[in-house]
Amino acid sequence: MSTGADARTTAPQCPVAFPLRRPGRPFPPPEYATYRGGTGLVRSELPSGPVWLVTRHEDVRAVLTDPRISADPSKPGFPKAGRTGGAPSQYEVPGWFVAMDPPEHGRFRKTLIPEFTVRKVRELRPVIQQIVDERIDAMLAAGTSADLIESFALPVPSLVISSLLGVPKADRDFFEGRTRVLVRLSSTDEERDKAAQALLRYLGRLIQIKQRRPGDDLISRLIAAGTLSRQELSGVSMLLLIAGHETTANNIGLGVVQLLTNPQWIGDDRIVEELLRYYSVADLVAFRVAVEDVEIGGQLIRAGEGIVPLIAAANHDDTAFAAPSEFDPERSARSHVAFGYGVHQCLGQNLVREEMDIAYRTLFARIPSLTLAVPVAELPLKYDGVLFGLHELPVTWK
Amino acid sequence: MRITVDPARCVGAGQCVLTAPDLFDQDDDGLVTVLDPAAGAPAVAAREAAALCPSGAISVAAD
Ligand code: HEM
Ligand code: SF4
Repeated sequence: MSTGADARTTAPQCPVAFPLRRPGRPFPPPEYATYRGGTGLVRSELPSGPVWLVTRHEDVRAVLTDPRISADPSKPGFPKAGRTGGAPSQYEVPGWFVAMDPPEHGRFRKTLIPEFTVRKVRELRPVIQQIVDERIDAMLAAGTSADLIESFALPVPSLVISSLLGVPKADRDFFEGRTRVLVRLSSTDEERDKAAQALLRYLGRLIQIKQRRPGDDLISRLIAAGTLSRQELSGVSMLLLIAGHETTANNIGLGVVQLLTNPQWIGDDRIVEELLRYYSVADLVAFRVAVEDVEIGGQLIRAGEGIVPLIAAANHDDTAFAAPSEFDPERSARSHVAFGYGVHQCLGQNLVREEMDIAYRTLFARIPSLTLAVPVAELPLKYDGVLFGLHELPVTWK
Repeated sequence: MRITVDPARCVGAGQCVLTAPDLFDQDDDGLVTVLDPAAGAPAVAAREAAALCPSGAISVAAD
């Protein structure tokens, strides 16, 4: 994807390449600041056609709340950036409500909300704690070094979601293995499709079993609610898994590096919100298209024009956050758009907050001698994916 | 201070509960409710919750 983007920079009709290359540090591309300070919105070109990149905090919020702007990829002009991580094509998966507009979106969202309230998620703390502890047990048992992405950051969110959905313990390895294929960089598109299909089939069977023998889990409660078909239920379960896997894993990994280099923040729960803002791992996630003419930040966007709100650009807007390129857990970072904004704002956000908090606390309490096995500058960063994060995080301990 | 909420707009993100747990709660459906509209809770917390709410479901008016 990056070579294609480089070639496009030279084409006269498309002034701005997409995605912009990140510099050798985990900050948003420096161009984001230039556009924010200029016209705010800039024209770019994707394989699917021209799009508007939106960079200001205020404008990103406006895009994500305007009813004339759609999240439905079947609408003409919807931006397509090529491969979208592990996601199967939205058209083929019923229940993929992140790609639906109101009122259809509301039917799914309303059914799911009770499962992700602040209170409900707090009740999951012991479950998350146990999963985190078991991963650390396994790491400690295996030696004195590990790739923390492989052995901790990726399995924890996948295990949390499978436990939430009600995947039996015996199947968790299967489940985790398939989700791993979806996010592994070296997976071919074919392998990814195969893994996604295997997961969907598995979820379909699981739902059948739970229809006969309900348990105390999300899938059984959704069946009991009776508002979704079996196919929609598989799609929704798959969405929860995919939306919450690599996003959370990348935040866990980047957060550990931040804490290893700034140990004064270890144990401080204010880091979570600031980590979400600072790294904005889902920078390139919330694509949209205008379905009517609409003005955003003084720019007319015509019906049928694609829109890419850049989440990291908004989260580093100095009109919303003072000295945005400083990592400062004492700032009030809650108005970040790391989880999006509007009706699609992340359903799993409170679960993420708990997962990140428990992961950091437990990791540093149980392995106080944790150190990086390579210099920070040599950590392999995901400049090439839809989500920002680390490919590997080699650590050692005594 | 008068707080009004519109559960029909609420998307259950829980920003209000995190921001002002004395003022807002989520009901069994996960949708916003105001705990005690008359209570003398700090207006700044209510306004912050209204500003953070992703779906514009909260409005705060001065008396
Ligand atoms: C740090 C981790 C995470 C980040 C940064 C993140 C980010 C986001 C963003 C930006 C959106 C909005 C997409 C859009 O507007 O098009 C979103 C939506 C969503 N997220 Fe997350 N997410 C995270 C973790 C999770 C987890 C753990 C779950 C589930 C358990 C989850 C489930 C969802 C779902 C279902 C949606 C779609 C909501 C809707 O369309 O109404 N996410 N997320
Ligand atoms: S912040 Fe808004 S959308 Fe979220 S629960 Fe409160 S009222 Fe509902």
